[in-house]
Amino acid sequence: MNKDLRKILAFPYIIWMIGFTIIPLSLIFIYGLTTRDGSFTFANVLSIFTRDHFKALMLSIALSIISTIICLIMAFPLALTLKGKKLNKGSLIVFIFILPMWMNFLLRTLAWLSLLEKNGIINTVLKFMHLPGLNIINTPAAIILGMVYNYLPFMVLPIYNVLEKIDDNTINAARDLGANTLQTIIKVIIPLSIPGIVSGITMVFVPALTTFVISNILGGSKVLLIGNVIEQEFTKGSNWNLGSGLSLIMMIFILISMAFIAKYDKDGEGMSV
Amino acid sequence: MRESLIDLEHISKSFDGEIVLDDLNLSIKENSFVTLLGPSGCGKTTTLRIIGGFVQADSGKVIFDGKDISNLPPNKRNLNTVFQKYALFPHMSIAENIAFGLKIKNKPKAYIDDKIKYALKLVNLEGFENRNINLLSGGQQQRIAIARAIVNEPKVLLLDEPLGALDLKLRQDMQYELIRLKNELGITFIYVTHDQEEALTMSDTIVVMNQGYIQQMGTPEQIYNEPENAFVADFIGESNIIAATMVQDRLVDIFGAKFACVDEGFGNNKPVDVVIRPEDIDLVEPDKGTLVGTVTHLIFKGVHYEMEVTTQNGYEWLVHSTDMFPVGKEVGISVDPFDIQIMNKPESEDEEAVGVNE
Repeated sequence: MNKDLRKILAFPYIIWMIGFTIIPLSLIFIYGLTTRDGSFTFANVLSIFTRDHFKALMLSIALSIISTIICLIMAFPLALTLKGKKLNKGSLIVFIFILPMWMNFLLRTLAWLSLLEKNGIINTVLKFMHLPGLNIINTPAAIILGMVYNYLPFMVLPIYNVLEKIDDNTINAARDLGANTLQTIIKVIIPLSIPGIVSGITMVFVPALTTFVISNILGGSKVLLIGNVIEQEFTKGSNWNLGSGLSLIMMIFILISMAFIAKYDKDGEGMSV
Repeated sequence: MRESLIDLEHISKSFDGEIVLDDLNLSIKENSFVTLLGPSGCGKTTTLRIIGGFVQADSGKVIFDGKDISNLPPNKRNLNTVFQKYALFPHMSIAENIAFGLKIKNKPKAYIDDKIKYALKLVNLEGFENRNINLLSGGQQQRIAIARAIVNEPKVLLLDEPLGALDLKLRQDMQYELIRLKNELGITFIYVTHDQEEALTMSDTIVVMNQGYIQQMGTPEQIYNEPENAFVADFIGESNIIAATMVQDRLVDIFGAKFACVDEGFGNNKPVDVVIRPEDIDLVEPDKGTLVGTVTHLIFKGVHYEMEVTTQNGYEWLVHSTDMFPVGKEVGISVDPFDIQIMNKPESEDEEAVGVNE
């Protein structure tokens, strides 16, 4: 293809990028590193170390780690089961798996709200059967549930992708050399799926860390995550400088995650979702 | 000593309703170099995988060293496999790859280190312990795959087209290497290939397979010189396969000309197939030949000339000779009696299906 033509074809996306990524990102840097009257400061960024902000950050990290671990524990065996099943877009298991992803993220989370609510569907059923009610709405447990439900596919897909690429004969070779199923998984399959596992962890951990929708809906106002803090600074508090400063902290976590992916998933195997 | 180390008894296997192996029986002697040879889809790899334990036969038994191992998983079988594309562990060093089986068996470190050294020496890659697997050439990777298998001291080494991905020169070198290895180790090799030259060079015993059946089993000389049917004759080397009539013992009628041969017991005036290898045809003066034809094609092949001689009935004889006869020259065709191999005509259509024209 002609070189000039290529440039022209890329143009719409470049404009989009500049308008909706580069400029907003620059604005966050500018707001985050200035006071309201415009002078340079690190105070917004450093306010992460104030008691409430730090607590919210720690809680976010804790819930994200727990959710990521649960996702990993569920996703790996599932991906392993799916490996070699010659899945195509039409197969039932893929359909069932993908189905929730077609629904809006907010809807999915709201559905959990109506399930978990005090007088919600689950408790109504439990009451009808004279069983004790389930009281997890507005607790960290409900938020973890929401995170796992929403982000699980992002763990399964990259792991499934790398597992699919492992040659069956590599696994056969391990068996042939005397390894039982467990030894084969530990010594060969897991080490070879590290790129996918790292991608999966990042793709669950980062959005879970920065979410405020899940905690808003399933945590009520009782559980405050760092995402909620930032959101409130932009909406209720109207302190864009403080909100931007805290966003820069989040960006550090994202950069660390990207560095991890770059290190362990050099060929981008896990990312080719 | 027992007669055979491995016995396959009445093995049948089908995938998705397609029969791959049909009531296969095969006996493999200890310390032999057995090659399963055939075109793709003939069931040779499936047979190897059933011995290795990666595929379960639908019916039949695998007897190894006197014991029925049909239901044992691969890790419980005292044999090792060298896979087609090496299947090395990319996340491990060469030493770790070779040590894999020994570590699983909890062998002491000193023993493992000795074994790695020994194995690397055996495959001519001394000092390669800590190199990166992914930077080795195909031939080197194949040697590592062999080293990884043999450190476990298997009684049998299964090799699944191990040279398939190598270039010609390397393939020939590796053939000699494998023969040497086999002799030094003193174990049984079961080798799968579709390359007849590989099979003829290395094996003690060749098992020619097609469409899930064993077509012929024998030494390379038997397979080459005395093919039992048209498929074997056609698959192994080049040949002229001709429909002919057995006039009586030791006399066969080919295109109306009577050729003396050494075969007996086919009956009188019976239709048969005749195999004559291109190098066994002597081109002589027209009046001295049993049949007369004209040279219609000539190619210089290096070691010999390849010629096509067309006889009056239109049949094109393939002839290899170090003497050159130019295109258009009339020549006589003469064949020594012991160079004519007579085969029974296929009796059923099923057998016919494995036919000459593939």
